[in-house]
Amino acid sequence: MASYNTNDFKNGLKVILDGDPCSITENILVKPGKGQAFNRVKFKNLKTGRTLERTFKSTESVEAADIEEHDVEYLYNDGEFWHFMEPESYNQHAAGAIAVGDAAKWLKAQAACVMVLWNGAPLSITPPNFVELEVTQTDPGLKGDTAQGGSKPAVLETGAEVKVPLFIEQGDVLKIDTRTGEYVSRA
Amino acid sequence: MTIDRNAKWRPTASLKAIKTRARMLKSIRAFFDERGVLELETPLFATGAATEPNLSSFCSGYPATSTQQTLYLNTSPEFAMKRFLAAYGEPAYQICKSFRADELGPNHNPEFTLLEWYRPGLCMFELMDEIEQLIMRVLQNPAGFTRLSYADAFIQVAGFDPHVATAADCRRCARKFGIEIPVGMADDGSTDVNDWLDWLLTQHVLPGLRQDSFTFLHDFPRTQSSLAELHQDEGGRTVAARFELYYGELELANGFVELRDTDEQRARFEHDNKVRSRNGQVLVQIDDYLLAALRHGMPACTGVALGLDRLLMLLCGAADIREVLMFPWDRI
Repeated sequence: MASYNTNDFKNGLKVILDGDPCSITENILVKPGKGQAFNRVKFKNLKTGRTLERTFKSTESVEAADIEEHDVEYLYNDGEFWHFMEPESYNQHAAGAIAVGDAAKWLKAQAACVMVLWNGAPLSITPPNFVELEVTQTDPGLKGDTAQGGSKPAVLETGAEVKVPLFIEQGDVLKIDTRTGEYVSRA
Repeated sequence: MTIDRNAKWRPTASLKAIKTRARMLKSIRAFFDERGVLELETPLFATGAATEPNLSSFCSGYPATSTQQTLYLNTSPEFAMKRFLAAYGEPAYQICKSFRADELGPNHNPEFTLLEWYRPGLCMFELMDEIEQLIMRVLQNPAGFTRLSYADAFIQVAGFDPHVATAADCRRCARKFGIEIPVGMADDGSTDVNDWLDWLLTQHVLPGLRQDSFTFLHDFPRTQSSLAELHQDEGGRTVAARFELYYGELELANGFVELRDTDEQRARFEHDNKVRSRNGQVLVQIDDYLLAALRHGMPACTGVALGLDRLLMLLCGAADIREVLMFPWDRI
């Protein structure tokens, strides 16, 4: 089992803490001149997304996490798994609902995503920052209603529901920011 | 052409900080010149290293010859300057680079600048007076200075006497004040009490001092004597004639009444290597030239090493050492 000692610590290093894969987000050395060194470290738990902090005596070591990140393309969903492919190598990965998480709302064939794998298995999917999706259902807006405030719900081709301006109609293709889940503009 | 201000070929220090460093160096040289203290230049390479287990030296072997010798980059100019003192005995200072591997952080860069000076004939408190004068000269309008014994600082802020405390006492103190206990600090008392004291010093005692002024802590535990003489403190305890200067929590300087007894110095070096061996650390070559110089005889003196990058951080109001370094460790 590979391990890192505190001298290896730097932002982005992937380690196992309490059984979960974590990434270092901050590493601060605390050391009196001729005294013992300590590292105050902040981590992001890659499984739960939560941040945690822990301090290590500098003689300690932690287990390395086998984490890989790949650019992948979304292929299709077979009802149980979401299937992705690495465009360079044609390697395919099947990710379950937990790994896909919220990204499921935005996935359309060929969407360019980032997949994090832990010990070779999909851990999480990040969709592209912006996606273009067609409105499949929304109530008609009033004729001539172009710049008024107010919004209405719309359902997109992936099944996601977003708030849209009143002038949006069924069939419109919208640009959505996946990080906020908000309408940006018509595509 | 776009200007990428984060491009790694660029300095991280601003031009203002770079010019402030130049002015600071000029002011320091004027200070010592007025006082008749001689400026020295000694080698950065040495065949002997600092033995302390908490210091890690860079080493280099020179290549392409039939015998390879380990050469170390100095963690401070101390050994060479003491050889000068044994030969000529004059008060002297040096401004030079020093190197400590594995020390990288908001206040640390593995390559850094020390101002180190030695005063034959001055006692510890007289040297502190001179340090205050130097800082007042450089900072122009600095905050006040307080002197506190290491024991009093712990007693006042943490409620126990560090000279008699055990690892268990320290652990109890950490629990009492809700101080996080680092991974690696054992429950069973096997962790050295000095590791506990270092942790409590940085996490509880220093933050408990006035943050907007300077504090000298003096008379360290005898187990943290490094290259300092031992003496009796006011309470009759044997302590190290060692002091440190802090601005709030920021450590600025470390000073000693310098140890002159060769046998005691050799014994400390050998003890350090034994501790290194126990810890699974590399052993280092002991500096035999220093020991020979001590055997010849070094005048009674006090000395201090002051971190100039840290002093510059105060002068510039910098929160991170990168703001005062031209090219920190990730840009060389």
